[in-house]
Amino acid sequence: MTDETIRDVLTRRGLSRRAFLQVCASVTAALALSPAEAADMTKRLETAERPTVIYLSYQECTGCLESLTRSFSPGIASLIFNDISLAYNDTLQAAAGQAAETAKDTAMKNAWGKYVLVVDGSVPLAQNGAYCAVAGRSAVSDLKRAAGGAAAVVAVGTCAAFGGLPYAAPNPTGAVPVSEIVRDRPVINISGCPPIAEVITGVILYYTTFGVPALDHLHRPMNFYGNTIHDRCYRRPFYDRGMFAKTFDDEGARQGWCLFELGCKGPITHNACPTTKWNGGTSYPIESGHPCLGCSEPGFWDKGGFYKALSTPTGHWSRTGVVSGAVAAGVAAGLSTAAVARARQGRAQKKAASADSEPKNPTS
Amino acid sequence: MNGASVLDFARGPVFEIALAMLIFGIAWRLVGIFALRRPVDYSEPRAGTGWGSGLRMIVSRSWPRREFRERVLHWDIVSYIFHVGYAVAILGYVPHIMLIRNLTGLQWPGLPGGVIAFAAGLSAGALLALLGHRLTSPVLRRLSNFDDYFSWLLAFTPLVTGLMAYYGIGGNYQMVLGLHILAGDILFAWLPFGKIMHVILLAFSRGTTGAAYGRRGAPI
Ligand code: SF4
Repeated sequence: MTDETIRDVLTRRGLSRRAFLQVCASVTAALALSPAEAADMTKRLETAERPTVIYLSYQECTGCLESLTRSFSPGIASLIFNDISLAYNDTLQAAAGQAAETAKDTAMKNAWGKYVLVVDGSVPLAQNGAYCAVAGRSAVSDLKRAAGGAAAVVAVGTCAAFGGLPYAAPNPTGAVPVSEIVRDRPVINISGCPPIAEVITGVILYYTTFGVPALDHLHRPMNFYGNTIHDRCYRRPFYDRGMFAKTFDDEGARQGWCLFELGCKGPITHNACPTTKWNGGTSYPIESGHPCLGCSEPGFWDKGGFYKALSTPTGHWSRTGVVSGAVAAGVAAGLSTAAVARARQGRAQKKAASADSEPKNPTS
Repeated sequence: MNGASVLDFARGPVFEIALAMLIFGIAWRLVGIFALRRPVDYSEPRAGTGWGSGLRMIVSRSWPRREFRERVLHWDIVSYIFHVGYAVAILGYVPHIMLIRNLTGLQWPGLPGGVIAFAAGLSAGALLALLGHRLTSPVLRRLSNFDDYFSWLLAFTPLVTGLMAYYGIGGNYQMVLGLHILAGDILFAWLPFGKIMHVILLAFSRGTTGAAYGRRGAPI
């Protein structure tokens, strides 16, 4: 962090107090803070020191950064990334090559022990980390070095949080999430493929003012990941009434019925999509007619198919193999059991017949 | 194991193993029974082959005979509440219909969640009452063995975990849903090997007995 406060920076950038309060209001609304907490946050944002954010990218598709930079609330996004904090981001900055590396080293040195390290993408470990290297250094060693000087690490996107697409079976690069590399300081997971821009910025601002937010068991901030999509879904009444769209263009789909049968993973997915929404609050996938893919949950690529209902098997083995194998084994076992029983029946019958034909002892 | 892995485990390998055990067990028992040597009945049939009587007995034994009605009717009603509630919960809930469609290709319209929860709640209550009856009736207690209590437990667990999942009780939804599916898997796997096999054998055993009785001219 620098000595400059956030308010100083904003004043220097020509942001009026009114605009500042508007930004604070949208951040606190996104975080679903109580009025008292919101007032507290506004006060702290005025006096908080300008944080230093260093943004590193590894095995990722840049979708998370796209989500952020194309956010429809540029007020908050640019507030954080352009105006107050971003010290290094290899994708957004103009510098390249050695100049970029020098910029990163300088940013880290200037705020050693204090900066917020944002990581986007998973970290490959196979082949000594050769699948992803930056300036001749493997991602894993680069991350370890950068995390050494971080006050906290924010893993942005499902790849950084849980491994994401690179982690999907068969995981050829040996990808792991950030939390498997960084174990000695707080890691905040902001999962999603991509995560909602307001969630990323909201969490960074929250961290700046209050510190590490309350996290769930997967280290995701409870403010945004405390509920499932299903808990807040506007199609929930249709689910409860048993009214489901069966295809993407049937009457049910047109009427906005529940998408469970089309594979919706909303019941097991924790995210803020139904409340924060996307594209400036326009809608979210389910509102646009597509089932939730469960992108903010670990292993969402390997859950047996995006369009398979949650209550159906994931299809671990070939169904034909399982059924035909079981029938064949069952019939064989049944025939052998019956053969043994028949032999026993035959013996008993023979014994009974010979007992009948034997001359009876007249004294008995 | 966290909730997500329990759910994946239950929907993945455990389900396939349970399905294999279910099919294996049913095939084993049915083939084993049908391939047995039938005793030759040398007596003169009194009323045709007895097939009609067999079919009639499948239905007539579903209700107590007049002589016993006063003593057992109320427990029969409780038992019906359990069975009908169970059937409604299994066959009427859309996520279950999705599973059936996945396995067989068959599907039908589902019922509202509230109706399913009501039916499952009634069924669970009836099942508890039946357990209480089994434990307090001296005759039933003597007739009961491990299979009865184990089968009871396997029938009860999916009901309770299903209701918990529906009402969001028990914390982690994925864990509760995973345990519900796991309980269903275990029920599937155990079905052919214990007394729950009556769901399949009931018609055969009643039919065979009815046919034999009918052939000898006994009233069904
Ligand atoms: S669309 Fe998905 S999240 Fe919404 S109610 Fe249906 S299953 Fe739940």
